[in-house]
Formats: sequence, structure tokens, C-alpha cells
Amino acid sequence: MASELDGLPVIATRREEAEGFLQGLVSKSLGWARKYSLFTYPFVTACCGMEYMTMASARYDSDRFGAAMPRFSPRQADLLMVVGTVNCKQAPILQRIYEQMADPKWVMAFGVCASSGGFYDNYATVQGIDRIIPVDVYVPGCPPRPEQVLDGIMLLQKKIQNQSHKLIDRKPLPVIAGGPGR
Amino acid sequence: MSEAKGVGGIDPRATPGSAGAGERPPMGTVSRAGDGELYAPMPSKHMVINLGPSHPAMHGVTRAVVELNGEIIEEMKLDIGFLHRGFEKSCENVTWGQVFPYTDRLNYVSSIMNNVGFALAVEKLAKLEIPERARYLRVITSEIHRICDHLTLVGAMAMELGAMTVFLYGIEARDLLWDRLAELCGARLTSNYARIGGVARDMPEGWQEKTLKVLDRVVAIREEIGQLLNRNRIFIDRCLNTGKVSREDALELGFTGPCLRASGEPYDIRKAAPYLVYDRLDFDIPVGSNGDNFDRYLMRMEEMRQSDKIIRQCFEQMAPGEIIVQDFRYALPPKPLVYGTIEGVMAHFKLVMEGIKVPAGEVYSYTEAANGELGFYVVSDGGGRPYKLGLRAPGWPMLAALPVMTKGSLLSDLIPTFDSINMIGGEVEQ
Repeated sequence: MASELDGLPVIATRREEAEGFLQGLVSKSLGWARKYSLFTYPFVTACCGMEYMTMASARYDSDRFGAAMPRFSPRQADLLMVVGTVNCKQAPILQRIYEQMADPKWVMAFGVCASSGGFYDNYATVQGIDRIIPVDVYVPGCPPRPEQVLDGIMLLQKKIQNQSHKLIDRKPLPVIAGGPGR
Repeated sequence: MSEAKGVGGIDPRATPGSAGAGERPPMGTVSRAGDGELYAPMPSKHMVINLGPSHPAMHGVTRAVVELNGEIIEEMKLDIGFLHRGFEKSCENVTWGQVFPYTDRLNYVSSIMNNVGFALAVEKLAKLEIPERARYLRVITSEIHRICDHLTLVGAMAMELGAMTVFLYGIEARDLLWDRLAELCGARLTSNYARIGGVARDMPEGWQEKTLKVLDRVVAIREEIGQLLNRNRIFIDRCLNTGKVSREDALELGFTGPCLRASGEPYDIRKAAPYLVYDRLDFDIPVGSNGDNFDRYLMRMEEMRQSDKIIRQCFEQMAPGEIIVQDFRYALPPKPLVYGTIEGVMAHFKLVMEGIKVPAGEVYSYTEAANGELGFYVVSDGGGRPYKLGLRAPGWPMLAALPVMTKGSLLSDLIPTFDSINMIGGEVEQ
């Protein structure tokens, strides 16, 4: 039910306006910095790993995006690339890796197995990693061509630029229900 | 090795005492810092560490629980199953033709070899004779994929020992071959090419010339990789005399393929039980003498050379002709027949909806894949789907032998050993 207060204009003080403007500037510049300094943790399990190798090599060279420099420690990475099939035995490990990564962090599902389980519609395979961790970009294909992955990286960069970033984020950290160690 | 290549060559300009100067380290002993008389032991404690599964050197799907005394491996246990995707069970739920995509993803570095292995198993059961040209095309694509597989192994092995350049060169060469495969069958990696009774399609116009040019380029890159690694002090120090398996042990453990031949047993299914057209081709089987990681690396380099030779011979020998059997109980009829005749429509419909009817019976068929013997045990009840399908994965015995191979060696020797056996998750875990 609409109240009569609803129609009233929202009053913002000049101080709040200024703060919002500054926060916007900070957010934009942080977003710009973060989108060009993605450090990848490649969680490589299966066939897609071969395409990942190609994508990281000379011909496609994912490094030229200022992105996707592989880091083999989750604590040094902010982009988790889940490359290949994740099965039920692997799922808790993936979840642990995601939790160990420092905030802010993003996840890319590389290939149909990571995105949806692919054609492995059976008892062993997790039907998409978004059942256990949040995913920002899905790259289809079995396996995807390197161009598709580069497209995914650019999409993610756009997404990162448009997110709101803060210098100090006082929000409580998101908690994954039922994760290991809880 | 069959040719005197590699560390054997003596270079007068090489640093005295290095492998290039012709002075090999003494064979048969694991050289350690502790062996000399100046050995000053540091107090070390017993500890158990956990390597993987999410560790770059364990390829993401293997967990090794290593019991260490200082840096020496005392005991190791392997934990696998992190890529179990239910291969055998999935195959029993689909028609014979639909099994091919699953076989592609077994050893995903050389998918056509798995395709061919499965197609040969079904053809053995159905007693199908496939056309000449299809045989040659199967051999050509298999050998291209063998080169891809070995390039990937050499690249990855070198990278994990610190040589990034080799990896970049290897991937570049593999990409060139993948481009040709993509022209042939539409996919870069999971190239679905073999069909029951033949192959999916013929070579496109000008493909042969292009492939020959690419092979020349791959030869150049391979030689360059050889120059970077064969006399590389770091590479030799980490590979020579590490992960040794004797000929007897290798046979006992069930090794096949390059790992068995590196230990000195000249067994290759392409020679021992020739299939397709391998009996008409002239190629050598390289054999190692030491059975260590360096021999396994040299084996891969030499096999690439032989595969190259095989492909060139096939191009010379093959003649135009049919590429798939003209029996519509097994192969899809050509599209004009499907659209124009009722028999064509019916054959197409039956094949797509029910699958081919393979006569009841059981068969074991084996081929020489990039890692060794790839065996399919197929049981048919006469229906459109496999009743049971069993796989003998070539990588499995080598992986199972890893605790034996690394016992008593340094923890750092585990990395080249694990690399040189070429463990591929897809086929080991099934």
C-alpha cells in the first residue's frame, strides 16, 4: 500500500552529494585498476586445460589483457578460472580454494563442464560449479576456442569496471553455507 | 636410442665435466649431495606432506601423500578419482555411434587415437572391413595426434622444470597441427573423426600440401626444442638417473608404450600386432637403455620423428576412394539418398534413433595410443547400445608405479617422474 510519504522528493544534503561523487570517482578508478590486473588461479582438471595452455601461450597470449597472469596460489589470485570437469570428490577442494582467495575475487567457468556439467549427466559430476561457488562469467564450448575465452575475459573486465569498489569495505564477508571448516 | 643423438655427442667446446663433453655421470646410482666424503648431514625430521590435488605439478587431479625424511621420499600414497566422470557407465547409456564423444575425452591430448581404438573394437566385433583410404586417413590423423601428445608432454615437462620457452615452442607447433585438424574435422582438440566403418569426411582441397608444410615447420620447432633441452645442464641433472625403472620391473608393472620402450623392451603394438596399414609402412621403434626420465623424454622426441615419417609415407601411398563402408546398416547414407529415397530416410532414421546393431558377442581390441596400449573390451547383446564397455587405460599402470619409481629419491625428482609418465586424468580416472 502506497503511503503519502512516497511521493516526496528525497532530500540529499550537499555533503552527501559530494561524498557520493568522490566515492564514484574512487570506485571507477579502482575498477579500472582491478580490471587490468587480474591474477588467475587456474583450477585445471580436464580437457579444457589443453585449451587453457593454448590461450596462455604465444599465439593467443592472455597476458596482453593485463589479465590472466597465472598464480598457483589462491592467496595471490583474484580470478578463479575453473577449467574442466568438477566431480563430487573435487567439489570440496574447489570450494576451499575459492574461500582461500583474497577479496575482491571473481570466478570464470571455463567450458561447459564447469558451467553446467556438460554432457556428463551422471552421478559423479557436479552439474555446474555455480552449485557450490558463485560464478561471474560462463564461457561455453567443449572445449571453448581461445577466442571465446578472451571474449569472456573482456566481458569480465567490463563487469568489474561497472561494479562498485570501495577503498575499505566494512561489509561482513559473504559466508558460503556448509563450507569446509564450519 | 637408435641414433646417437642427445647427450652422447661430444663437443670439444663444451665445459669440461659437463654432459656435453661426453662425460656422463656414472649410471645406476642416484647421485646425491650426501654421497661425498664432505657430507655434513643436517638434522632432518620425518614428515608427511600432501601434494595436490590442486597443485600445478600434479596436473590438478592427483593427490600424493608423501612421507619424507628430510628431502628423501620414504613412502608415497596416491589418491585418485578427482576426475572420475563415469566413462564406462555413460557409454552404456548411449548408442554405439554416440560413444565417440566420450572416447574423445579419455586422453584428450590425442583424441583421434581413442576414436580409432574404439572404432576398431566395434569393427572387430561386427567383422567389418573398412575401405583403404579410410585406413590411411585414420593412420594419418592418429600420428598427427601422437605428435601433438608428445609435444604437449615435452612442453609441460620442460615448463615444470623451469624452461618456459620450450613450452611456448611446443604449444606453437601443436597449434599449427590443431589448425589442420580443425580444417579436417571441425574441432581443435576433441576432434571427432573416426566412425564405425570408416571416417567422417575426406580431406579438404589442398589439405595434404598444407599439412606437409606444417610438418616441416613442426620438424624445425622440434629440432629447436631438442637443441634447448638435449644438452641443457639443468634439464639433464633433473632427468638423468631419476625415476628409473628396469626392464623387468617395467614388464612386471604392466608398462606399455614409450615408458616401456624407454626401459629397453622393444614392444610396440604397431609392429607386434599391426592394425590398419601399419604393416605397409616403414618406421622404427626407438628403444631406450636406461629407463630414466631422460630416456623417456628422448623416446618422445624420437617417436615424433617416426610419426612424421609415417604421415609422409601415408600421403604417398594413399589413393582416392571410399572413406566409409557403403553398408547402410553401419554408416549413414549420403544426404541425396536421405532426401531423395525412402530407403535412405529409413536407414538414416534407424541409425540415428536406434543406433547400429552390432552382433552379440564380446571382443578385446587394442591399439598403440600415445601412452601405450589402449584396450577396449566391448560386450554386445545385439542391441543398439553397448551392453558393457571396459577400458584398459595406458596411463594407469605407470601412475600406479609412481610410488615404486620415486621411493628413495628426492622430493624434487617426483616432478619430472610424474611428468614423463604422461598421466592424463581423463583416461586414468575414466
